[in-house]
Amino acid sequence: MADRGGRRYAGELVDVEHGRISREIFTSQAVYEDELERVFARSWLFVGHESQIPAPGDFVLGRMAEESVILNRDRGGRLHVFLNNCRHRGMRVCRYDHGNAAKFPCPYHGWVYSDEGALVAVPKLESGYHNELDRAQWGLIEARTASYHGYVFACWDPATPDFERYLGDLRFYFDDFCELPDGSHGDWQAFGGVLKWRMPCNWKFAAENFAGDYYHNPSHASVDAVILSPAGVKGRHTYDAVTRARELYKLNICVTPEGHTARGELFKDDYDYQPTYQEMAVVEDYFRQCHAMRRERLGEKARWFGHGGTVFPNVSYSNGVQSLGTWHPVGPHETETWRIFLAPKDAPAEVKQVLRHYVIRYQGPAGLTEQDDMENWGYAHEGARGTIARRYDLHYGMGLGHERKGWPAAWLGGQVYASEDVSEQNQRAFYARWAALMDTPPAERPARPAVRAAE
Amino acid sequence: MSRRPAPRAAERALLDGLLLRHEVERFYVREAELLDSRRFEDWLGLLADDVRYWMPLAYNRAHGDWEGEHSREGKDLNWFDEGKFELEQRVKQIMTGVHWAEEPASRTCHMFSNLEVEDASNNDGLIAARSRFLVYRNRTETETDLFVGKRHDRLRRAGDGFEIAARAIYLDQNVLLAKNLTIFF
Repeated sequence: MADRGGRRYAGELVDVEHGRISREIFTSQAVYEDELERVFARSWLFVGHESQIPAPGDFVLGRMAEESVILNRDRGGRLHVFLNNCRHRGMRVCRYDHGNAAKFPCPYHGWVYSDEGALVAVPKLESGYHNELDRAQWGLIEARTASYHGYVFACWDPATPDFERYLGDLRFYFDDFCELPDGSHGDWQAFGGVLKWRMPCNWKFAAENFAGDYYHNPSHASVDAVILSPAGVKGRHTYDAVTRARELYKLNICVTPEGHTARGELFKDDYDYQPTYQEMAVVEDYFRQCHAMRRERLGEKARWFGHGGTVFPNVSYSNGVQSLGTWHPVGPHETETWRIFLAPKDAPAEVKQVLRHYVIRYQGPAGLTEQDDMENWGYAHEGARGTIARRYDLHYGMGLGHERKGWPAAWLGGQVYASEDVSEQNQRAFYARWAALMDTPPAERPARPAVRAAE
Repeated sequence: MSRRPAPRAAERALLDGLLLRHEVERFYVREAELLDSRRFEDWLGLLADDVRYWMPLAYNRAHGDWEGEHSREGKDLNWFDEGKFELEQRVKQIMTGVHWAEEPASRTCHMFSNLEVEDASNNDGLIAARSRFLVYRNRTETETDLFVGKRHDRLRRAGDGFEIAARAIYLDQNVLLAKNLTIFF
């Protein structure tokens, strides 16, 4: 490896300028350990949605990279994200997936934490600790928390910019995802439960696939041959009915330098509602009204029809099915995916049923579409492990040099590049951001105080 | 020739129960054979047109809160929560030959045990059949999954056998340890 002032990634393992990336970044244990510290511990990570914990005391478990966290709403209504880890011996203090709790008692030695993370009770405080334990110093470890329109992100690093700055110019696209179908910022309601499953691949295969890979459409030929869309026609997308026979740009959008991505369609003109749910009058009426309200509310910007993308590093959002899939690393060779799905809280019950029914058949391990994605990721991962295979970089050069800024509409954003139809610009932006973080060693941690021995 | 005495009521009931259990067991053996030999369209023929096919998520809950142990049918996220039309689409997808998650196809072995059958007199005309299942799946070279859980069926008399009117599949896993659910239970 050439000496580039300690830089091992940008220009070396991740050579986006030439559209080449080493397979090593997917399979090396050393790279993996670095990315836990340099990527995950510094980034805003998705942990859950506020509608999962509506009442004071409600909690739901989350994950940040490999570690379990508790997302809760304390009795005063404030959100917290705690490392699910007792300060005494590290036992999990909460082992229920969701519930309501004023306290988190550790099963091991009985330390008890409040819903605000304070260490409120320690057995043998007097006879064992001689009242010398400063409980104020030993509360649960708490992350920075940001709720963006109800979508809750958390970050361990005090030096990382606040969430809105972190989002950068993805804001327009992520706002579009957060908006209700009528274009307003109202309440989404998460369906009960979280799909959780293991996949035999590195987390980045999933993150980059969702970043914007229209090129992989052929792998979904089987689902497109059957009826998945609730519109009752062949294909997997409800929006096929909307986009067919219209003048549009199909776009890949990447946000630099943050490494976030989006994909979707920009119609060249305003467009009328296209009848989609002909056999379901309530659902049809709902989406027809939403369409009209969105156009009125957003004007020209309603021509953007978002499909989804990836918020760097590991949460991918899907419009239409309103889902968030988080790719939690479990070592370099395995990923634990958590998926939640949401519906507009005030939508008619029929609409919620259609959406729920659609999403669980689309995504997840029983989803007709995601099943085939996972097959690709798993075997691409295997293909990155071989001694000989690893000598050969992967090709990420599609559309290199053809990215356009401020196009096709200036209002699409600032530090935003767009490419039409198929391009790997989004993957390059994702890995450029990843490489920049990986080339930055962690700041030195403050020295720990010396252990005070008994006099 | 000696005449056998007519069975008493209790014996009659026991025999009826044994016969019914035997019929259901044979039905399940045939069903497993259809699935394991990949005759999915024939398998669909065992399902009632109004079948409910449901596999909930299993949550970690406090002891005693068993009501809340599974996600709810028709309300929450579930691994499966669908009817015959949707299952037909799954079969069609496999038959395309380009459903890569099932191409090459899984090798499966469906086993069931602990069968308990209740006749239709208590169940709105439906027979209740509860069993444990163990499904082994092996695929490509070394992909291997073991699915174990409980299956609660409601069966309806149809023709000279049964049709499945409802199937609840309680898979005993919280985080699904398989990468997909491309097979039927």
